[in-house]
Amino acid sequence: MKSSVIVFPGSNCDRDIAVALEKLQFKNSMIWHKENILPKSDLIVVPGGFSYGDYLRSGAIAAKSNILNEVIKAGERGSLILGICNGFQILIECGLLKGALLRNSGLKFISKNIFIKIQSNKNKFFNKYKKNEILELNIAHNEGNFFTDKKHLNELEDNDLIPIKYCDKEGNINPKTNPNGSLNNIAGIFNKNKNILGMMPHPERMADKTCSNEDGLPLFLSLMN
Amino acid sequence: MKINKEQIEKHGLKLEEYNKIKELLGREANLLELGIFSAMWNEHCSYKSSKIHLKKLPTKNNIVIQGPGENAGVIDIGDDDAIIFKIESHNHPSFIEPYQGAATGVGGILRDVFTMGARPIALMNSIHFGSPTNKNTQNLLNGVVSGIGGYGNSVGIPTVGGETKFNSTYNENILVNAMAVGHANKKKIFYSKAKGINKPVVYVGSKTGRDGIHGATMASAEFDENSEEKKPTVQVGDPFTEKLLLEACLELMKENSIISIQDMGAAGLTSSSIEMASKGKLGIELNLNKVPCRENNMSPYEMMLSESQERMLIILDEKKEKKAKKIFDKWDLDFVVIVKTTDTNRLVLNFDNKIVADIPIRALADEAPQYDRKWNKPKIKKNNLKRDDLKKIKIEDVLIKILSSPDHSNKSWITDQYDQVVMCDTIQKSGGDAAVVRIHNKNKAISISVDSSAHYCSSDPKSGGKQIVCENWRNLISVGSKPLAITNCLNFGSPEKPDVMGEFVECINGMKEACEFLNFPVVSGNVSFYNETNSKSIFPTPVIGGIGLFDNLNKIINMKTKKVGNLIIIVGKTFGHLGQSSFMREIYSVNEGSPPEINLTNEKNNGQSILNLINLNLVASCHDVSSGGILISLAEMSMASMLGLKILKPKKFTDLNEYFFAEDQGRYLIEIEVDNLKKVESILKKSNIFYEVVAEVQNDIFELSKTFSIKTQELYKNNNQWFKKFNAIN
Repeated sequence: MKSSVIVFPGSNCDRDIAVALEKLQFKNSMIWHKENILPKSDLIVVPGGFSYGDYLRSGAIAAKSNILNEVIKAGERGSLILGICNGFQILIECGLLKGALLRNSGLKFISKNIFIKIQSNKNKFFNKYKKNEILELNIAHNEGNFFTDKKHLNELEDNDLIPIKYCDKEGNINPKTNPNGSLNNIAGIFNKNKNILGMMPHPERMADKTCSNEDGLPLFLSLMN
Repeated sequence: MKINKEQIEKHGLKLEEYNKIKELLGREANLLELGIFSAMWNEHCSYKSSKIHLKKLPTKNNIVIQGPGENAGVIDIGDDDAIIFKIESHNHPSFIEPYQGAATGVGGILRDVFTMGARPIALMNSIHFGSPTNKNTQNLLNGVVSGIGGYGNSVGIPTVGGETKFNSTYNENILVNAMAVGHANKKKIFYSKAKGINKPVVYVGSKTGRDGIHGATMASAEFDENSEEKKPTVQVGDPFTEKLLLEACLELMKENSIISIQDMGAAGLTSSSIEMASKGKLGIELNLNKVPCRENNMSPYEMMLSESQERMLIILDEKKEKKAKKIFDKWDLDFVVIVKTTDTNRLVLNFDNKIVADIPIRALADEAPQYDRKWNKPKIKKNNLKRDDLKKIKIEDVLIKILSSPDHSNKSWITDQYDQVVMCDTIQKSGGDAAVVRIHNKNKAISISVDSSAHYCSSDPKSGGKQIVCENWRNLISVGSKPLAITNCLNFGSPEKPDVMGEFVECINGMKEACEFLNFPVVSGNVSFYNETNSKSIFPTPVIGGIGLFDNLNKIINMKTKKVGNLIIIVGKTFGHLGQSSFMREIYSVNEGSPPEINLTNEKNNGQSILNLINLNLVASCHDVSSGGILISLAEMSMASMLGLKILKPKKFTDLNEYFFAEDQGRYLIEIEVDNLKKVESILKKSNIFYEVVAEVQNDIFELSKTFSIKTQELYKNNNQWFKKFNAIN
């Protein structure tokens, strides 16, 4: 499997995702944001961080960068694209995913381990998980509060386009187990064709037993399936 | 134009200091030169009151590669690896503008570390606020915490721990000390000493603006009711540019093109250029028309004294200039040769084809005044605690009250605002005795702990100075690491007051004794004087940041109890010392008495034995006993795992409060398997160490036989509510 990680000057999870991908034998390339050519890859990752500082709306400037044009084209051709955290924000800003990521409801940056529940495994990203499996992942963001209009929300819910939702250790999904105010506890969404995934939690941070758990690894294994 | 008295005072200089300047120049200074002298001669940059005392601290041993005097300290951790680290204060700016003050404190300390060639791998901090009932505290806490997080999170360096304390002594003068730790190849460490004549001096990073002009001078003056007006002297941070600068510098460092490098910290362009030239015994000539400016019509005075952030000065190998420029272009950063090194030993500034300043470097750096300030030996309060008249309180009520106090409450409200795991090498986050961070791609890790004990220091500075070094050492041992070296940040009042100076001198004497005894050298640090408002000093608050090493990832342990049925043993003797304890303070608001005594021989012996037991895989979990005493430490172990404990009553103590809340030093709690008890006992006996079994791990319930029984869940709830309530959005 060939993967490409897009590197913006303010990306800071690019090395982390590269380590996880290489651990699973992905042939990974780091693609600088000023590039105009994206090598042919089975998976494109837009990693977490602060792309261009994010002093404006998170991801807004990154969405207009050279390389993003290529990412958009690849996405439209059906390539697998994974946007994590700031990557999710960028995918929304560039229109590959719909909706908006608002400021966390608590108005604070949140970085902690949370639980998510697999809502659907019939897709390229989560097929190595069981449905309703509970994972412990880490979040670290200021704007992760997903919002969208009713029509889009229904479309997401009705078409299995919400693969993961925030929950507690026992799997309860309710306002109390929602860390950032996200609509319906949404932690990540697909586009219509399920080839593009945006998620706030960081699977790459849970790929090493020494530092954490390995709850994130099956996501990368799923992609190889 | 002749410099007048008012101008001299405005620049924080004394009249006799200005007379010395005139003597060194052989003429009157102009305003720009006065500004430059004031920036170099203020307390913050010149250490004029502290230098003669700091010299007493041990700064060398076989693992120290670079001690104090450079941007940060460097130690050898084996193989080709070096750890570069330092702690620094940003107290005054943070009180004036908490978000930016704290943020730029983090930015500054990160630059100190990557300037030397290290990739930063962890951030820590020690923050002290005024009383929770003070009207400013909530706002300051919120601002400082978001500032620390806002900067570190964005640059992408994990903030892995620290300490937060509250006391009315900091009402008008909070403390914000930030520590950065980096990893480098020990063969590729970069220094600030200039070498070679006619070498290009390059300005890189952000443009120079009007922010932070005279910041270092401000930091060297005490506050009064007009402090608010000093807002324009606080710098504004830009973590994005810091990230660019970090990556660009590290990329450039891979090539052999840098001769010397220095970040523009306090006193910006002035101190960086002078420091480089002075260390290299060279001169430096700058063309100020070339300095990249953010605003129009900036004067030489403003350029030289601006403290705009995220800037560096680099002296390059002239053959590598093009290649270097390409790297900075890639990262969209300014890269301008602002002229060259010379052999004149003078700082010469050109602007609009005129020489606007010309000062011998030696005058600025070496001739800075040094004072042996008058100091009074502190009067030590004897332990005159009278507890007979105090109202008796049930032990379980004491436990809950201490656990729910601001100083002892769980700090996750704070640490949840810091990205603690970016870089994916954080093995232990905040909340333990020390944070643990792996060296990327290697089977080794370092531990980091930041500690202070202002109460102890205020009551007995020398004993307090010793105690913090020991506590730091203990914390590093409690996670299983071998303590290596420390950095210190010394926060005190005005050195011009003999009583404050006495506290400073004695704290250093105490630290020196402990550091020497434990072979625990000080490799970097910072002194922050003038922490007072309207002539009232803060408690003497030295802060220690220590580094320990694991040469194997299997040796890392934490304080979480592991298995029902295991025993908890206390190692080290309990005498029942309650002076300066959390117990007296939180329960009775009594601040009397002397702090617990430090016995360095026991400290070392106990610590080494604990490390030995850990290395023999005999310890399931470990926690040091510090503020709050045994019962609080036991509760912390219990809450970490959510398992309960069945605690035994001591045989020799009739007063349970003395046993459970005393803060006697040199003690650890360790969890061991019942089957290992004999082995552990024989090792401790052999080293002549006092120990006794204090508890047994059980499910859910935290209890003391025939006295109280509380659910661990209940302890947790009480320990986790204060910050949320304090900061609830109304």
